[in-house]
Amino acid sequence: MQRIKSFLKENTMLIVLILATIVFQILIVLNDKGSLLNPHNVSNIIAQNSFVVILATGMLLCILTGGNIDLSVGSIMALCGAVTGTLMITMKVNMYVAILVCLLVGTIIGALQAYCIAYVEIPPFIVTLGGMLMWRGVAQVILDGQTRSPFPDSYLKYFTSFLYKTDNSARLLTVTLCIAAIICILFILLEIMGRTKKIKKGYSVASMPAFLARLIVISAAILYFSYLLGNYKGYPVVLILIAVIVIVYSYFTSNTVPGRYLYAMGGNAKATRLSGVNTKKMLFFAYTNMGFLCAVAALVCIARFNSAAPSLGTGYELDAIGACFIGGASAYGGVGTVGGSVIGAIFMGVLNNGMSILGVDANRQMVAKGFVLVAAVAFDVISKRKVTTVKKQKPNKTQATA
Amino acid sequence: MAKILLEMKKITKTFPGVKALDNVNLTVEEGEIHALVGENGAGKSTLMNVLSGIYPYGSYEGDIVYNGEICNFKTIKDSERLGIIIIHQELALIPYLSIGENMFLGNEIGKKYSIDWDRTYARADELLRTVGLDENSHTLIKDIGVGKQQLVEIAKALGKNVKLLILDEPTASLNENDSRNLLNLLLEFKKQGVTSILISHKLNEVSYVADKITIIRDGATIETLVKGKDSIDEDRIVKGMVGREITDRYPKRESHIGEVTMEVSDWTVYHPLYSERKVCDKVNFNVRKGEVVGISGLMGSGRTELAKSIFGKSYGTNISGTLKINGKEVKLNTVRQAINAKLAYVTEDRKGDGLILSSPIYINNSLAKLDKISTNNVIDKDKEILVAKEYKEKLNTKCPTVMQNVENLSGGNQQKVLLAKWMFADPDIMILDEPTRGIDVGAKYEIYLIINRLVAEGKSVILISSELTEILGMSDRIYVMHEGRMIAELPVEKANQEVIMSCIMKENNKMGNGYAKN
Repeated sequence: MQRIKSFLKENTMLIVLILATIVFQILIVLNDKGSLLNPHNVSNIIAQNSFVVILATGMLLCILTGGNIDLSVGSIMALCGAVTGTLMITMKVNMYVAILVCLLVGTIIGALQAYCIAYVEIPPFIVTLGGMLMWRGVAQVILDGQTRSPFPDSYLKYFTSFLYKTDNSARLLTVTLCIAAIICILFILLEIMGRTKKIKKGYSVASMPAFLARLIVISAAILYFSYLLGNYKGYPVVLILIAVIVIVYSYFTSNTVPGRYLYAMGGNAKATRLSGVNTKKMLFFAYTNMGFLCAVAALVCIARFNSAAPSLGTGYELDAIGACFIGGASAYGGVGTVGGSVIGAIFMGVLNNGMSILGVDANRQMVAKGFVLVAAVAFDVISKRKVTTVKKQKPNKTQATA
Repeated sequence: MAKILLEMKKITKTFPGVKALDNVNLTVEEGEIHALVGENGAGKSTLMNVLSGIYPYGSYEGDIVYNGEICNFKTIKDSERLGIIIIHQELALIPYLSIGENMFLGNEIGKKYSIDWDRTYARADELLRTVGLDENSHTLIKDIGVGKQQLVEIAKALGKNVKLLILDEPTASLNENDSRNLLNLLLEFKKQGVTSILISHKLNEVSYVADKITIIRDGATIETLVKGKDSIDEDRIVKGMVGREITDRYPKRESHIGEVTMEVSDWTVYHPLYSERKVCDKVNFNVRKGEVVGISGLMGSGRTELAKSIFGKSYGTNISGTLKINGKEVKLNTVRQAINAKLAYVTEDRKGDGLILSSPIYINNSLAKLDKISTNNVIDKDKEILVAKEYKEKLNTKCPTVMQNVENLSGGNQQKVLLAKWMFADPDIMILDEPTRGIDVGAKYEIYLIINRLVAEGKSVILISSELTEILGMSDRIYVMHEGRMIAELPVEKANQEVIMSCIMKENNKMGNGYAKN
């Protein structure tokens, strides 16, 4: 019982996401508007939110360093998109060169802002607010206010196509499910190997039923999700890109030394510095990385819209920031996970998508989204407070003696 | 006999595990300057916090009788309404507001929705003249020196119709001239009928202005000396302050002292913001293998700053001097270099500078030396937890699991986590800065045992403490630091509290020497 309670507490947002999905599904079915979980729509949700997930991953690293946000991400995307569009469409430069230049531009802009933040010590809010105006302006100048399109097919196929192409739908489903099965088996094997290694070294492991439950739930989720996708066009290529980014950054934040330093400096920057950590370097890294991921998101985004417009990415910074906070990141830094931010991004995506299907008009959607953002975070804050207040009283008193 | 203005009767204040005040009595007559003296941590500030309502009625036992009435102050506002104003050691002025704005902050002149600035500044100028401060009240606080800021605080108190003025170490950061002016001002106020309570370490100042001196030791009032009746020279006061026997509160150890492991010479450090101010002035000291070296001194004597500046220059600017470890000169420019040179600094401020409160014990435990539990920058989390458990057992940290967040631990256990963190970094030389501050007697003893174990393993320990008994009980050799300089080095056999205190007091009386350099 205790374990179930703590599981619920640690995964509140995942549960809220599942509940929201169910509620939308019921509403949509009742209103006879089709289904939220129909294969086509699921594929759509992925495509619509892929760049938010990418941006949220980068944003999380910034937030971890101490609640610092980056307001310039939408504008950096626009600039990267503008550069790529101009190179690829107007100047007919080789596609790979254009992609490389795009990534470089994003990284350099990120590094520039990161330098101002980490070494000149200008508050991140100011630097990125300036960046938000500046980079958008540069994008306008480069594009001369025009939109560049269309992109060559050879480029689009990387980001908008599906993994396995066939006209035979039964065969597509089989192949997709086979791939899913292979992923599941790999996942299960890795988990079992990890577990046996731990047992061999004498480390503590989760109980057998808990371990099995975990394997079954995650495998079932992968299979069900793949089943939905297989009924449409299979795995979108973008999904793989996102999966790679999420896995790499999850691993980075939770298992590596620099990842640990990010959390530590968000928790207590002074103590972290006195533990021999170069916190400036970490801050520099977080914002440079954000610039890089903006470029990646821009590549995905221009492919999806098949155009490079000066207005690209407007308002995405807020989606990314919102996703992190809905996903449980602390506004003071030091708390939050990549997985949580992904859940936050999908949550926002489901909300958008569900309301669109239900025919809620765009203005009301904004009201609902804003409300949900505050409500989700309030829920998280209150549920966490209940756990800690009881225990907290004691140290508070000793503080007085110190 | 004059009218009794304030009587604090049998005040007892306990914090979890610590009795900060134990049946303290204090009687202050109207129109006198009453000095409160005692060692750091004796309970002077706690007593004044009880009086001013910072610790609200109900959180302590005993009665406060003011002007013949029993008072139950719930907030500072309650005590201020009756004219009891406290001026804290750390000045509470806002740097980017003007003198006038600061003086009437929370006490604004005019209507609730429209402050009368003309009257505010006029009144402010008037009050500034009363305290003899020749500044315009439109000047920003950041543009005037500490001495003048202290006067602004007093003027602010006057603006609130002060009857009883409490000053907590008002001259700690002032130079000789400013101190003298301030004390004369107190004497001036006395003539006008303002009663003052003065907390000070500078006993010559106390003898100069005080009518009565109450000595507090270990949370209890020891005696009250009356000017003209008792002798109030400094030796007499010092005796009262420290006259306590050292019992076996400190575990015995056999010292096996070896070679010099660290030697610091001509170490000079300047203040990071006021770069002309010397914080450490040509400090020389050394520590040997298996030795506990105590550094004694008052708060603000530069001990912490010295330690931090040695530890990878984490404090101060323009640091000069040589640092030798095992006979070889080293340059430690970053904390990382210091850790790699097997140096550790365990901070005095465990919550602010030491621990990540919102993180579990095991994460704190390994933060200073993550490479010990990682390969190619990938952390072996299982090993990390195992190591944390080991240290938990070794130091007897009381916690359900090492996954527990540090903020939920008691002060003593937090201190153990902090010690574990730095022991994990494998240092040869450990600087412990106030390792027992704010923790209960039982936990203190355990920390002392850990210190003994460290030196038995051949490590060198530098113990910085404001508690003289702790320094005397734990050290093999003692340095006394004052105003950024090492003023004495004593083997523990020759040291006792009187010797150390009088070293400091002697330096204090050479006013001008230390101050001029500020």
